[in-house]
Amino acid sequence: MIDLVGKRNWFFLISAIVIIPGIISLAVFGLKPGVDFSSGTAITFHFDKTVELGQLRQELTNEGYDQAVVQPAGEGDFFVRLPEMSTDQTTKLKNDLQTGLDTTVTISSLYTVSPIVAAGTVRNTIIAIVVAAVAILLYISWAFRKMPKPFRWGTCAIIALVHDLVVVIAIFSILGWAAGVEVDALFVTGVLAVVGVSVNNIVVVFDRIRENMKRGISRDFEVVANYGIVESLGRSLNTGLATLFVIVALYLLGGQTTHTLVLALLIGIATGIYSSLCIAGQLLVVWEKGLAPRKKEAVSSI
Amino acid sequence: MKRANTPLLIFILALFAVCVWFILPGNGFGDRKDFKLGLDLKGGSHLVYRIDLSKKDPSQSDADVIAGVKQKIERRVNAYGVTEPIVQTITNEGGSFVLVQLPGVTDIDEAINLIGQTAELDFREQVVDASGKPVLDAEGNQEWKIATAKGTDGQERELTGKYLKPNAQVVLTPQTNEPEVAFEWNSEGATLFEQITQRNLNKPLGIFLDNKLISAPTVQAVIKDKGVITGLTLENAKTLAIQLNSGSLDVPLTIVERRDIGATLGADSLKKSLEAGIIGAAMVIIFMIAYYRFSGLMACLALIVYVALTLAVFKLIPVVLTLPGIAGFLVSVGMGVDGNVLVAERLKEELRRGRTLGAAIEEGFKQSWSAILDANVTVFIACIVLYWLGNTFGNFLVLGFATTLFIGTLLSMFTQVVVTRTFLRAVVGAGMAKSPAAYGVAKQ
Repeated sequence: MIDLVGKRNWFFLISAIVIIPGIISLAVFGLKPGVDFSSGTAITFHFDKTVELGQLRQELTNEGYDQAVVQPAGEGDFFVRLPEMSTDQTTKLKNDLQTGLDTTVTISSLYTVSPIVAAGTVRNTIIAIVVAAVAILLYISWAFRKMPKPFRWGTCAIIALVHDLVVVIAIFSILGWAAGVEVDALFVTGVLAVVGVSVNNIVVVFDRIRENMKRGISRDFEVVANYGIVESLGRSLNTGLATLFVIVALYLLGGQTTHTLVLALLIGIATGIYSSLCIAGQLLVVWEKGLAPRKKEAVSSI
Repeated sequence: MKRANTPLLIFILALFAVCVWFILPGNGFGDRKDFKLGLDLKGGSHLVYRIDLSKKDPSQSDADVIAGVKQKIERRVNAYGVTEPIVQTITNEGGSFVLVQLPGVTDIDEAINLIGQTAELDFREQVVDASGKPVLDAEGNQEWKIATAKGTDGQERELTGKYLKPNAQVVLTPQTNEPEVAFEWNSEGATLFEQITQRNLNKPLGIFLDNKLISAPTVQAVIKDKGVITGLTLENAKTLAIQLNSGSLDVPLTIVERRDIGATLGADSLKKSLEAGIIGAAMVIIFMIAYYRFSGLMACLALIVYVALTLAVFKLIPVVLTLPGIAGFLVSVGMGVDGNVLVAERLKEELRRGRTLGAAIEEGFKQSWSAILDANVTVFIACIVLYWLGNTFGNFLVLGFATTLFIGTLLSMFTQVVVTRTFLRAVVGAGMAKSPAAYGVAKQ
């Protein structure tokens, strides 16, 4: 049997390698807020002839939008992020680009949000996260009432859950400055869905560990925990893989609109599988016995 | 343990057949013949206007003003000829808002003008000094004051668009072919207009829309019940006619959120998502069958029933499908596999422990039920919170995801428990696939 618990310090190290730079990035750069949260205008322009990034940038500067952030959006389209613009301003910009670049310009999507709505969205998002956190905590304390030490098991589940969320948020922070990835309402949607799926995985693994304790497989909690985790391995990996197949397909083929949602799900669900198998149960063992790995002989005795 | 399985099997197959028929395009009843697609898939514009209640008449209640704005916008949108528009009001701590969705509108600027303008029409007289000379303001423009006259009850009243009959229309002047808006006064308006035209004979009368001068024709004769407004482009004339007929808004509106999606982008996104969904689902099916063999095949059949059932429910409710909504549905398909995997893993274990196939199936379901139930609770919690979040600020994308994931997860529990089990029981009952190897258990 694979010894997943014995290698726990390696797993903790792997998580730390992702999380520590991520937290540094979060502290230094934070997240890059999209139009939803920061207000402003985001436009995807489609040009009938090929337009270079530099050309478009130059043209926007000529129009007085030297603050504009320009990113290629695939297939010759460009995503342009601007301060909040009125209807007249967007129409004028489109017409000016048309003349300046000498091509037909189509606005394939436009999204503009005023500060009042952005502030409301931020507020409601915070409420939603707090409500979700409280509801999930209540659920965990209910789901773990059958567990031998509800407080301890519940806390480990929450640490593993927070681990997943931190990984998602940290990676988005890194992608924010590295690739201009913004967080929007759909990112929050993805993160909350990750919470749902993540707790689910942890519950399944802990349930197994509990069952094995009842069966009295071994006196050594480390052995019991490892047994439970390895038994859940097939289920967790297969379920995770099946979900990831769909999400990867959506990420690669699904188009721009849902990118932040699907990316958050992709990172979150993958991390969730990892943490349910390599972090959550191991934390229980650490709490029980401390960080030192047990001696190797114990494994062969199973 | 073994309840009547055959009737259940027949019921499931019949349900499946009905669902498949129902989800095919054109089948269904009433307005349930096609799936409802969201704005991001159809293209169009999503607008949120803030209702400035600080400018309302103090005698009116907030609720009346909001209801009035909604009703008038509905009239404007309908007159503009949008299919399946949505007009709804939202009130939260940030204020009161009216949300308008215009699917398939191409000239969005025009639509924004039409909807958001207060469209307060009034008639004004020139301000003149004691000697009868027109008074000019600092910039040299003519000063105007709103024309008033005695109403039918003897009260002094301003002549505004509120006394118009709702039958204004665009006509082309026979000689010049220029567009103009022809309007008629109701009896109150006619009383006022008669006095005002009489007083201003051979003098200009300013026609103002939202405090902007449109035209200032010279009054040629005393007119009572009708008139025309000239000096407009054809587009503006059409807009004005609609606005006059639907009534002016009691308070000004400002755009606070606008999301336009081009029709080609919408169609393209739909195609891409469907392709992604089909490829993803195909991979899941191959994987399930390769790994779990026979019970994997059963689970995939159950999954197909699940997909048909869910799509039928989407069409029946109807759920407005958006891109995130499709993503939510696909995630629920992926997770729907979860329950089947839990069951199949249990089944393998029970077989390894040497149980008979029939007993292993029953035991496998019994053991995995609590896990399936517990596991989905957190997904439901997340969906409910997201639904609230999407609703409070009218974000149809967030709403779409929460709705489809919720319904999808709920129905997947049903299929996992009822459909997969019924299929497996039927197979065992028929004496097929007896070898444990068919369930992915290696011979020991």
